[in-house]
Amino acid sequence: MEINRPDGRTPNQLRPLACSRSVLHRAHGSASWAQGETKVLAAVYGPKAGTKKNENPEKASIEVIWKPKTGQIGKAERESEMILKKTLESICIRTIYPNTTTSIIVQVVHDDGALLPCAINAACAALVDAGIPLKHLAVAVCCSVTDSGGIILDPTKHEEENMKAFAYLVFPNAIVTVLPERSLQVSGESIAHGIITSVTQGAMSVDDYLHCLDRGRAASARLSEFLRKNIEPKPTSEASKAG
Amino acid sequence: MEKIKKRMGLPNASEDLSSEMEVDAFRRLFPLRYFERHLAESIRPDGRPLMKARETSIFLGAVASANGSALVKIGSTTMLTAIKMEVMTPSLESPDEGCIAIDFHMPPICSPIVRPGRPAEASPVVSKQLSDTISSSKMIDLKELSLVSGKAAWMAYLDVYCLDADGALFDAALLSAVAALSHLQIPAVAMNDDGRIIIMSDEEGQKQEPVNKEKRKLTLKSILFSLTCILHKNYILVDPTSEEESIMETHVTIVLDTSGQLISFYKPGGSVLAYTAAIQDCVAISRQRVQELKSILENSAMEVE
Repeated sequence: MEINRPDGRTPNQLRPLACSRSVLHRAHGSASWAQGETKVLAAVYGPKAGTKKNENPEKASIEVIWKPKTGQIGKAERESEMILKKTLESICIRTIYPNTTTSIIVQVVHDDGALLPCAINAACAALVDAGIPLKHLAVAVCCSVTDSGGIILDPTKHEEENMKAFAYLVFPNAIVTVLPERSLQVSGESIAHGIITSVTQGAMSVDDYLHCLDRGRAASARLSEFLRKNIEPKPTSEASKAG
Repeated sequence: MEKIKKRMGLPNASEDLSSEMEVDAFRRLFPLRYFERHLAESIRPDGRPLMKARETSIFLGAVASANGSALVKIGSTTMLTAIKMEVMTPSLESPDEGCIAIDFHMPPICSPIVRPGRPAEASPVVSKQLSDTISSSKMIDLKELSLVSGKAAWMAYLDVYCLDADGALFDAALLSAVAALSHLQIPAVAMNDDGRIIIMSDEEGQKQEPVNKEKRKLTLKSILFSLTCILHKNYILVDPTSEEESIMETHVTIVLDTSGQLISFYKPGGSVLAYTAAIQDCVAISRQRVQELKSILENSAMEVE
């Protein structure tokens, strides 16, 4: 199916990715993540002692603070905070530092579509930078469904507004391990095929959603490769400078 | 009780402590194991099978002063929705469209977690989810809320109050919002001598011809229903209580409309990953629940008439 995109991308093509780590000096870990024009900066502070009220003190708790580009935070930002918090909670190994709180501050630099996936990727890179123990990484991607039923990946704001529906999907990245591949599969599907988070907007058929999942999985493999490349330990010369 | 004790497999079941205390203590100390023991027997602590939703009831017209209202109970989760219509001047960008403002309130009465003076964390999230799903389903044509193009349109304030929060808040909130919208009676309005739109009172009804004679009820293009499931290991638990929600963290909320379109597949994190098979199972269960809720809503509409 031929879909013309204003920026000349193919339906499966993501925008150029950019990720840099340790961009802030005072934070325990930080990262900036850009997908085309959309850019998000994330900082991690913690683990700090104590958990907030109503949180389980037997586990490390995670606090997300969302800072929009302009203005006050509203319902939409509160929802993003909650989704981000629950997504990150599911990838952190929370039993290692019980009764602590890790704060993640997400600053939106520019929103040009697929903001929440971009924020999740940024937060994930920042958590790695801060050395918070994680089970696996999370990679987020936005798939949108056109009126004719075609699917395009990583839409810009303009495309997002004109689409019938879109889905933000978060997948775990494929684990590199010496264990045989079979042992990592759950009922015939690899772990990287399960969804951690899914948020959709707009009406679509169930089949469209399943197509989105397929496309998202393929894209998440590319994204996780990029993320993995960026979080590899830095060359020793830089490490000694940081020390 | 003796039976439960055996099922729990308590090591010191023969001791003379009251058996009821034993089960209760086990439940409090090892909530997850307590639940898993039940799940292995395909039953839940409240006696429901895994796939069964709690008893659901809808009472339309619970608030006499509102233009549309509904009281919904799913198990003990109780939601009250009231819609108030006001005439407003439409915005310049959309001169022939009305507006719907949806808000979800969690007063301290609903749950011990909510403290007075501090808004509950869940309430802006549910509120946003409600307005997102209702707007993305295009169930209401906002053009129908227009009275005089560019001059007057309806502003509908839809407020959902949570009276008792015992799990599956979004399901109950959406059901009560949809029920209230189906019950909505748009008041008759007339144009006065200055050309302003005013809401007609009963006495004026005889003197003047209403502007919106035919448009007294909203046409709902489709009706939305939702179902929340918990994923835990390989189990799928339908319509969780708040206790189950706090113990097992992976929740999936599916919203379908009556024509089978998927309006929302909402899974905010959680330690259990959703694979294709589980997704399809959840959708299939939601389809059944949609039929169930549809007939409950139709029955309650008939009772009102």
